[in-house]
Amino acid sequence: MKYLLQRILFYVFTAWAAITINFFIPRMIPGDPVKSLLARFQGQMSSQAIDSLYVLFGLDKDASIWSQYIDYWKQLFHGDLGLSFTAFPAQVSDVISDALPWTLALVGITTIISFFLGTGLGVLAGWRRGSWVDGLLPATTFLSSVPYFWLGLLAIFLLAGPDSFFPSSGGYSPGLVPAFDQYFIPDAIQHSLLPALTILISSVSGWILSMRNMMVTVAAEDYITVAHAKGLSDRRVALSYAARNALLPNVSGFALSLGFIVGGTLLVEIVFSYPGLGFLLFRAVTAKDYPLMQGIFLVITISVLVANLIADIAYLLLDPRTRKEG
Amino acid sequence: MSAQPVLEIKNLNVEYGLGDQAVRAVRDVNLTLHRGEVLGLAGESGSGKSTLAYGLTRLLAPPGVITGGEVIYHPGQGESYDVLGLSDKGLRDFRWAQTAIVFQGAMNSLNPVHKISTQLTDVLAAHEPKMSAHSRNARAREMLKLVGIAADRMDAYPHQLSGGMRQRVMIGMALILQPQVVIMDEPTTALDVVMQRQILGQLIELRERLGFSVIFITHDLSLLVEFSNRIAIMYGGRIVEEAQAGALYRDSLHPYSAGLLGSFPALRGPRRELTGIPGSPPDLKGMPSGCSFHPRCPKAFDPCAGNIPVLGNPDTPDGATRSVACWLHPVKEPVA
Repeated sequence: MKYLLQRILFYVFTAWAAITINFFIPRMIPGDPVKSLLARFQGQMSSQAIDSLYVLFGLDKDASIWSQYIDYWKQLFHGDLGLSFTAFPAQVSDVISDALPWTLALVGITTIISFFLGTGLGVLAGWRRGSWVDGLLPATTFLSSVPYFWLGLLAIFLLAGPDSFFPSSGGYSPGLVPAFDQYFIPDAIQHSLLPALTILISSVSGWILSMRNMMVTVAAEDYITVAHAKGLSDRRVALSYAARNALLPNVSGFALSLGFIVGGTLLVEIVFSYPGLGFLLFRAVTAKDYPLMQGIFLVITISVLVANLIADIAYLLLDPRTRKEG
Repeated sequence: MSAQPVLEIKNLNVEYGLGDQAVRAVRDVNLTLHRGEVLGLAGESGSGKSTLAYGLTRLLAPPGVITGGEVIYHPGQGESYDVLGLSDKGLRDFRWAQTAIVFQGAMNSLNPVHKISTQLTDVLAAHEPKMSAHSRNARAREMLKLVGIAADRMDAYPHQLSGGMRQRVMIGMALILQPQVVIMDEPTTALDVVMQRQILGQLIELRERLGFSVIFITHDLSLLVEFSNRIAIMYGGRIVEEAQAGALYRDSLHPYSAGLLGSFPALRGPRRELTGIPGSPPDLKGMPSGCSFHPRCPKAFDPCAGNIPVLGNPDTPDGATRSVACWLHPVKEPVA
């Protein structure tokens, strides 16, 4: 328990550091948000409107950087991440919470499927070396070395088209209203199939390979021979003895990859114009939408930290050797 | 001691690898383990001792292959059968219930992620599925007590135990199904001398109480002289001499046994020079012709390089109870 508290403290500190950096970086960039917003409107704004923008962004008063910092924290605790330029005058938090479910659903589900599928195949390949699963390895390694976006483009080129079942872009058909009903959900799933497939193809081999290698390593351990000598069933030896030990490094890898779900697979979302967080970040960067970028970075940072914490807890549960107490 | 056999190894051959590249690690080994005895198996590293043990329980990891022979097991009741001919299911039932093994690596023999209790009871769950969880636990507790470990260590993980305790847990685990045969593959090499004695003493005591047979594998011949009834010496994958422990210690017939005996100090008796054996163990890939020991043998003479000596009863007064494979000792009757 003490160990866990230590870890949590550490993550709180890291989060503080990340948020502070997140606060300072945009302020170190030359120019101010109003000027960059003006650039978007190509100067077609009255001076009154410009003044009110300065008020709106809180840049009218000559507040010290310290009081700005304090205000920033106050706003954070109210969930206020400021206003987005590109979606002006929408709140950054609203823009992000619109995009977040798409990424969570697409990348989240595919990451989980990919982990379980890959780990399962890895166990098989490692346990039955030389079987057909082993033959799968070079193919999956090849597919994982193909760049994401190229795989995505290839998938669109080959599978999507005007008459195809697979839509080539977007998260849902235009004309539908996002809602949990029988029209929208199947349509959203249909739109997510192709991006999900490309993510799966390019990420599953990593899991297979690492799990297989760990299985092969663990299979040479003495306790595996002992387990065989004990006359346990092959299944029990494979799962409870070999896979249970081989799983440990993969679990921490999995927890880490959970953190990167939120960051989204940027390229996949760009290629498929998928309305997720990655695509949003891409748009924010091209439009120099600093508040939005800041907000997205914040969400990514926090999710990576939370994932790390989950990894720590998972390890604590799975590996008794990491538990410090006697 | 009854001379009833419990395990008969007949012409066992084990090779690593296939075809021309194969290395013959165990060659035509014949060995009989009798009920209730401790049979010591000694030899240098690479002499095939462990391979023999793994081979007779069919635990060889690839590329190890059994290329020939029989391992006849005589259960207390019922028909004798060849272990090498068992089906997968039959083999699983045979393992641990009839022949348990205590392995070399005390440190790594236990699964690090499961409690001691889990690892003790899963054997019972596999072999006696009708047993209730409660009685499984009670049995596991009983075994720990038997090897001198407090029952509250049931819930410990392996990393919380010392090396000696882990090896005692392994011994307790080996005896949990009351097997007829326990194979000990250098069970004490990872332990200090004091712990070695303690564990071996305990083992001998348990053997007298429970009446199982032991195949004790070690490179430490001095241990065997003390703890075993009979000793078999292996060299280059073959058994070169086999005799009662006392007889082997007093007058060994094979020069290799003599060399092994000369490489440790006697506890009592006059001081003598430690000699050791010159040279190194043979390369199993390119075995010398004839007797594989002849290049290192101080007593080698004409026939040694040409022909392989056969293991058989020597022409000595106690010849009927021992066997040797050496040209110095003409064989009266080869061992079948």
